[in-house]
Amino acid sequence: MFTKPIHTKLLYLAILAAALLLPWYVPDAYIFQIVTMSILYAVAASGMNLILGFTGQVTLAHGAFFGMGAYGVAIMTKAGIIFWLALPVSALIAAFIGLLIGLPTLRTRGAYFAIVTLCFGVIVWIVSGNWVELTGGHNGIFGIPRPSPIPVPFFGQIEFFSQTSMYYLSLAVLLLVLFALYRLVYSVFGLTFMAVRNNEPLADSVGINTYATKLISFVAGNFIAGLAGGMYAAIMGAVSPSAAGYMLTFNFLIFVILGGMATLPGPVVGAFAIPVLMEFMQFLDDYRMLIFGALLIVVIIYFPMGLVGGLRRLNQKVAARRQQKVSESGHASR
Amino acid sequence: MLRVESVTKRFQGLVAVQDLSFEIIKGEILAIIGPNGAGKSTVFNLITGTLKPTSGQIFINELDITGAWPHQVASKGISRTFQTTSLFDQLRVIDNLMIGYKWRTKLGFWNTLFHTPRWKAHQAETYQRAMETLKFLGLAEKHDQFVPALSQEEQKRLAIGIALVCKPQVLLLDEPTGGLIQEETDRVTDLIRRVREQGTTVCLIEHKMQMIMGVADRIVVLNYGKKISEGSPAEVQSDQAVIEAYLGGEVHA
Repeated sequence: MFTKPIHTKLLYLAILAAALLLPWYVPDAYIFQIVTMSILYAVAASGMNLILGFTGQVTLAHGAFFGMGAYGVAIMTKAGIIFWLALPVSALIAAFIGLLIGLPTLRTRGAYFAIVTLCFGVIVWIVSGNWVELTGGHNGIFGIPRPSPIPVPFFGQIEFFSQTSMYYLSLAVLLLVLFALYRLVYSVFGLTFMAVRNNEPLADSVGINTYATKLISFVAGNFIAGLAGGMYAAIMGAVSPSAAGYMLTFNFLIFVILGGMATLPGPVVGAFAIPVLMEFMQFLDDYRMLIFGALLIVVIIYFPMGLVGGLRRLNQKVAARRQQKVSESGHASR
Repeated sequence: MLRVESVTKRFQGLVAVQDLSFEIIKGEILAIIGPNGAGKSTVFNLITGTLKPTSGQIFINELDITGAWPHQVASKGISRTFQTTSLFDQLRVIDNLMIGYKWRTKLGFWNTLFHTPRWKAHQAETYQRAMETLKFLGLAEKHDQFVPALSQEEQKRLAIGIALVCKPQVLLLDEPTGGLIQEETDRVTDLIRRVREQGTTVCLIEHKMQMIMGVADRIVVLNYGKKISEGSPAEVQSDQAVIEAYLGGEVHA
């Protein structure tokens, strides 16, 4: 029902191989750190894509849920709870707060939900900068311990002191999240998300509980954001209010939109391509935002499915042309 | 099997449906007709839970469904189509139908995430039922296409299919042939007959008199939200009140 052509599969395999071998050909620690961050942003943006792209609910609080995961892990590990427990608990807290926010707001349609989540995102950011006892205020929390080693029978143990090990851990989280999303989205259950996005009254009339569907999507998306945030805290070793800020939300939003809404690779492509693009435009200072804004508008109008959508269209055109050529030469030979 | 009992719907001052009672009998094709603005679509919206009645009750097999949510009404075996052809136009034809069957399955979050045996069985069953319905609609070869690639008539057929795929007890069709030419109308009418033959009770709203008289077993006539006549096509045609509503007396341009 939902299969991909062989050359697309090969491309994904090549990218996976390149990602697994990355520590061997990236010598620069700075770039390595950026790549690791991009992976975490890709995880968070994939969660946002579930809500925004597949279910069509414009959430503008994703940075806040990322921050809850980050602060959750920071606070809990500093209090002596091991990382492996703190991470899922933090993600669950983000998901639960998402549920509380979603319960009243997902009854509304369209712009109201966007406005409420935007306000909530800003509130979380302000709280994280001012609740000094819990969050350390604007200074944030320092000295977050690395994850404790995992014992492996006959092998010793896997330690997480090096950057490389944290990179692999992040990559594993990304692959796990993508795998889970792949299962959810490419299924009859996933179709109900798209049904809600596409035509809510019709979805209602064919027996889909649209409210529950939106809630599930929102809660699952925020769980993923919390997961990414928790990883972020452990890798950076410190969190500050910028890890819960609305600027982060808009970064995720740009990753999703430019990368490709409602496509699984889209947010990942966005999270890697946009920082590179930003780096190239460094010489423009703040003016690069101007160009970015224009780019965003062009993409939304002409490439509603972003970079990945554009590539797919190109792919289809090439396939169609090849088909045509084959049938033409077939006619000629007769 | 589906009974509407003295239902009234007011929008602020305006009375859209007034003290309306009628019943859809198992196995029949019932038509609801009436001039524009008579409240026909409002009746469908009241039955399916899109609108809540101001007063009165609605029963399916003696079960009170007044004021239930649309998705709950659907899961009681009442399906509908919309006046303006309503489809999931960003998705493929087969996806449209699989969505329509989902409430009959246990294809929820956890089953899907962990690919349980139940998931496998239900996913296959959904696909099979969707393909079966596509064959019934005569759209089997188009299962892989996106909705905008379909013709107007095919889209109308698909809209009926989305409502039909879950094997409902009652199918409510809101102008299933609106905007179609005669030839296409005949084909859709034939489809409606076949729907009834395979065991689904049909209630339809339509404007095309010739088509109604040919297909309906019984007719309910509405005017200004009130029922002015009910009976077989022959009875309704000769009813003085109906003739007046359509032709004589007050003509509203």
